Amino acid sequence: MKALTANRLIDGEVVWLGRSGTWVETLAGARLLETPEAVAEAEAAGAEAEAARLVVEPYLIDLVREEGEIAPVRFREKIRAKGPTVRRDLGKQARREVSAA
Amino acid sequence: MYRYDEFDAHFVSARVDQFRDQVRRRLAGDLTEDQFKPLRLMNGVYLQLHAYMLRVAIPYGTLNARQMRRLAHIARTYDRGYGHFTTRQNIQFNWPRLKDVPDILAQLAEVEMHAIQTSGNCIRNVTADHFSGAAADEILDPRPYAEILRQWSSLHPEFSYLPRKFKIAVTGAPHDRAAVQVHDIGLQAVRDAEGNVGFRVFVGGGLGRTPMVGRLVREFLPEADLLAYSEAILRVYNRYGRRDNKYKARIKILVHETGLEELKADIEAEFAEIRDGVLRLPSSEIDRIAAYFAPPAFAAADGDEAVLEAAIAADPALAAFAARNVHPHRAPGYASLTISLKPIGKAPGDATAEQMEVVADLAERYGHDEIRVSHEQNLVLPHVRRRDIPAIHAALAEAELAEANAGLVTDIIACPGLDYCALATARSIPVAQRISERFAAPERQREIGDLKIKISGCINACGHHHVGHIGILGVEKKGEEYYQITLGGSADENTSIGEIIGRGFSYDEVVDAIEKVVDTYVGLRETPQEDFLSAYRRVGDQPFKEALYGTA
Repeated sequence: MKALTANRLIDGEVVWLGRSGTWVETLAGARLLETPEAVAEAEAAGAEAEAARLVVEPYLIDLVREEGEIAPVRFREKIRAKGPTVRRDLGKQARREVSAA
Repeated sequence: MYRYDEFDAHFVSARVDQFRDQVRRRLAGDLTEDQFKPLRLMNGVYLQLHAYMLRVAIPYGTLNARQMRRLAHIARTYDRGYGHFTTRQNIQFNWPRLKDVPDILAQLAEVEMHAIQTSGNCIRNVTADHFSGAAADEILDPRPYAEILRQWSSLHPEFSYLPRKFKIAVTGAPHDRAAVQVHDIGLQAVRDAEGNVGFRVFVGGGLGRTPMVGRLVREFLPEADLLAYSEAILRVYNRYGRRDNKYKARIKILVHETGLEELKADIEAEFAEIRDGVLRLPSSEIDRIAAYFAPPAFAAADGDEAVLEAAIAADPALAAFAARNVHPHRAPGYASLTISLKPIGKAPGDATAEQMEVVADLAERYGHDEIRVSHEQNLVLPHVRRRDIPAIHAALAEAELAEANAGLVTDIIACPGLDYCALATARSIPVAQRISERFAAPERQREIGDLKIKISGCINACGHHHVGHIGILGVEKKGEEYYQITLGGSADENTSIGEIIGRGFSYDEVVDAIEKVVDTYVGLRETPQEDFLSAYRRVGDQPFKEALYGTA
């Protein structure tokens, strides 16, 4: 299972390609890519969003289900999804879910 | 300190306008990311894990109260209320929005600051001893030379696309506090028997994935030749440095692969061509720049010391602070104060906007309007009257800036690591925090004595782990953070690269391992005065290996 992530061009915010095709600021809203077709479609959407100057350098990440919740496999992506582990008051972990881009 | 002349002011503000236009064109779609990325990097803008990051140059680590207040203002207005002081004597903001960066740069330009050449394959911010112009052991103030190098290297057309980045450090004291031997060019100012000023020149030092100690290429370079000789080194590097592999592109690799003697001959040949040309520094120009760095009017008086001593006798916290964070000054009755950005359990090098303002106020009130950033990620008030130390200490304590740990086990260098950095492979900050908490007890720290722990979250070594007495390198192994320990590194006049002691430790284990190393040292030292590095150099790694891994 994968998702497509990037940073938003205008402010650098970490975003994921969302279920409705917009880019969302929380991993919970990410479109889950479970087939090669879904991955290809997402990558095309990423290239389009890059060309439209919405996001920078989109790339795929691996996800797993942990205790019923979606979580990135790599630690780096876990930190991107939440914020600095040393500053719980900063980053996504510090705020409630919002939509984006 | 140096003040911008008309030329400096013009080129910095022109650069802000240029970058504003580049951002506009990027957002409008006239520039692709591939086209824009090198332009933003030339202005200190990186894209990190959570956001953009802006790295602002603090030339040779010197700034005044107005500049510090402006940094605080930027932290508060455009960022998340804090900044991170780095091992390059710079400051980084971790959360700026791209669209705000031109405004931030305009704000910086108003106080004679910028982010030019804080990234990219160019000559980076020149660094210097943080006690420059103040230290009792200094032969001469290196900052005028650092400023001359800054002017020469700023937007130097020939050296804007070097094979790789290039770092120059300068010290004016025999005890090297600027780590000059781990820079691409390291300069140590000296005087010859006749009193003439010159430099010992080291070339090809560096950390990163291939750590190397700089090689001495000149025992005495006359000051008039500083720029011509530097240009000769850069020209040889620019011509022969490798461009096929970024990991082999630094000048240290060129020195290593070419051989010192051949490279020296190349440099000397180039130098012979240009030494009598436009780059020859007239003494009038050196004097003109040096005048900006004229020492303030020092005015200590009889009785000052008694005031300080009485306060110390009455206040154990002040006594501890005076014992560790006060550095000898060349003017009687004065001192340089280290303001530790390593409170127990906090992120090394971070300061809040409010703390920056407190330091600015203190610099203005007590410190001749001067502040320094040290490569050890602390702040310094270089010129304070000893009589004023109790008042300064009290104000620092109120701002949680009075940790009396300068040079002790909790005065840890750590890069941002995986908590912020896109290149990192493991976290650094929380390892520093946990070590700091483990050794929090002041009496234990004092008992251990001078000890430099340096932590990097990847092989690029921004946390200088190779030259830590105890170095810690975070790597990723099978998806987990792992920490390799090196011992015996040093970045002073007896520079050495630390040696890997054995297999690495997990995130959970690493603090116990560090404690074992420290306890082993305390157990084997000959006297309490024998510091960690001396003891390690005497006994070697065996006792530490045994303590960490057993005798099997």
